[in-house]
Amino acid sequence: MYDLENVGFAYGARSVLKELNLRFEAGHFYGVIGPNGCGKSTLIDLLAGHLRPDHGCVRLNGQPLHRLDRKTMARNIAIVPQDFRINFPYTCREIVMMGRYPHIPRFAQPGEADRAIVEEVFQQAGLDGFQSRYVNQLSGGERQRVVFARCLAQQTPVMLLDEATASLDMRHTLRLLNLVAGRVSPASVVIAVLQDVNLAAMYCDRLIFMNGGGVAASGPIEEVLNAEVLQEVFQVRAKVAYNDYCDTLQVAFKKVVRP
Amino acid sequence: MGSRNRGTLATAKKEDTAERVSAGVVSFILAILLGIAVVWAAGSGYVKIPFREVIRIVAAKITGNGEWLANLGRTAPVVVMDVRLPRILASMLVGANLAVSGAVFQGILLNPLAEPYTLGISAGAAFGASLALLMNFTLLGLWSVPAFAFAGAVFTLMAVIYLTAGSGEFSSGSLILAGIIVASILSAGVSLLKYLADDSVGMIIFWLMGSFASRTWGQVGLLAVTTFLGLTVFMFFSRDLNLLALGNRTAGSLGVSPRRVSLLLLITASLVAAVCVAVSGIIGFVGLLVPHMVRSVTGPDNRRLLPVSALAGGLLLLGADTVTRTLLPREVPIGVITALIGGPFFCYIYRKRQLRQNQQAV
Repeated sequence: MYDLENVGFAYGARSVLKELNLRFEAGHFYGVIGPNGCGKSTLIDLLAGHLRPDHGCVRLNGQPLHRLDRKTMARNIAIVPQDFRINFPYTCREIVMMGRYPHIPRFAQPGEADRAIVEEVFQQAGLDGFQSRYVNQLSGGERQRVVFARCLAQQTPVMLLDEATASLDMRHTLRLLNLVAGRVSPASVVIAVLQDVNLAAMYCDRLIFMNGGGVAASGPIEEVLNAEVLQEVFQVRAKVAYNDYCDTLQVAFKKVVRP
Repeated sequence: MGSRNRGTLATAKKEDTAERVSAGVVSFILAILLGIAVVWAAGSGYVKIPFREVIRIVAAKITGNGEWLANLGRTAPVVVMDVRLPRILASMLVGANLAVSGAVFQGILLNPLAEPYTLGISAGAAFGASLALLMNFTLLGLWSVPAFAFAGAVFTLMAVIYLTAGSGEFSSGSLILAGIIVASILSAGVSLLKYLADDSVGMIIFWLMGSFASRTWGQVGLLAVTTFLGLTVFMFFSRDLNLLALGNRTAGSLGVSPRRVSLLLLITASLVAAVCVAVSGIIGFVGLLVPHMVRSVTGPDNRRLLPVSALAGGLLLLGADTVTRTLLPREVPIGVITALIGGPFFCYIYRKRQLRQNQQAV
């Protein structure tokens, strides 16, 4: 799906990503994990086409991303950002309908199918009853669920989540990640930046550990999620073990933090 | 908190979930009101003209049928066609332009307080226009003063955005603060120009206060071209403007090129505001008042907000101008009236915003 070749990016003189070579294949839920400021969000921006790499190339299905026009990109890539503020009293239905804009011609009204998709997404995201409420009067967590719903309504083969569940409670985090995981198919991919390693272990089948602007480890979760990698990337002591309640690997941390 | 909530639940719920009124219906009503207002305004004033005669005069001019003017006397047609109609149409078009450009500035900068006046753009345009008047620059004919006003407006916009850009927060009060700072510098500049102007100072002062007295058909044409150009651009990008409200990153992921669209819309909105200033001086707060009122009826979707704002802005400024012209014992510059009404309204919105932000912080 995605190929990154020698991708480098710098904000002015501050280099953020160096010589990144990565491959994202369809049919997987990728988790991107790393300490603060290691370039995770920049990676998402590069994958979304919001930033262009200083050198190297990002390809989507073999095509260089910067060659695609905005419309095509919007039909292929959806993004859920970390924070989202809005100053205008749009209703939640209007916000979610914006996810359909890339599929509707500029001066056309949304059709029956678009309306049905929006309505379905409201049910799936547990937002029934929010349709006519004003988005600027919602709490942070509620607003984030609306943004998730907008992303789902966009119905793209690529979904990028940038710490998208950081402001959600446990119940809605699980609910929305279940939904997103359900969208993974042989033709689609989910790439999620997550802070919570255990959450990543529950949902992702492939992990990418980033550190200092490069990839520290990447691959299937059984191969890369281990104490050595966590020690190297986060400088914390941890134990990784299969947890039969979650039915996945889970990590337990030691309170001691190395200076 | 709980008991208070229960008490106000019914009203709060109604407020939370209000459905949108159809923009078509609102536009239709406003268009009819606007038509009535034009005829009423053309008939009232020092010389009263019954509205049937007004319609006859206008119809005669449009069709070129001179017979309909028989037995109307000489003055009525001149008063309607040469004195009142240019003024009426000018005030209407300026009102529409200011309202629409205010809505666009608010949409791009994500700031409900933004409009040409609070951003300092009107002051910049006024400075440019005063410069053109002082230098007696007429190389571009009718467009001479507007061209200078446009240059002044764009320059001010760049300066205000540059002052704010460091903080990355266009939606905060710092944008308005930057606008006020730049505007005060430019006002001093205009005062200096007035001081240097000597003879033509009366003209500059009267024009600056904002007035529609003795506008010409040429200026009406200028405004009409600008209105058409502006509305065409704004309506074409109105859906993109909706997406920009979600922030640049999200707008980009939904098929908008945020930088390109913002720049184009900012420059067009500045042009529209600058032409208004060049024709009628500084008229503040229309761009704040009108979109705010319209938004409560149509919602913030720019595809409905912009056309309805244009109609409502035209109606408001035409009404205000006609009232000052006919009802008040002495003619007060329209800019003074809008500032007297709009200023307190600005305070109201600002206070409401502060309260809401405090609530969110807690």
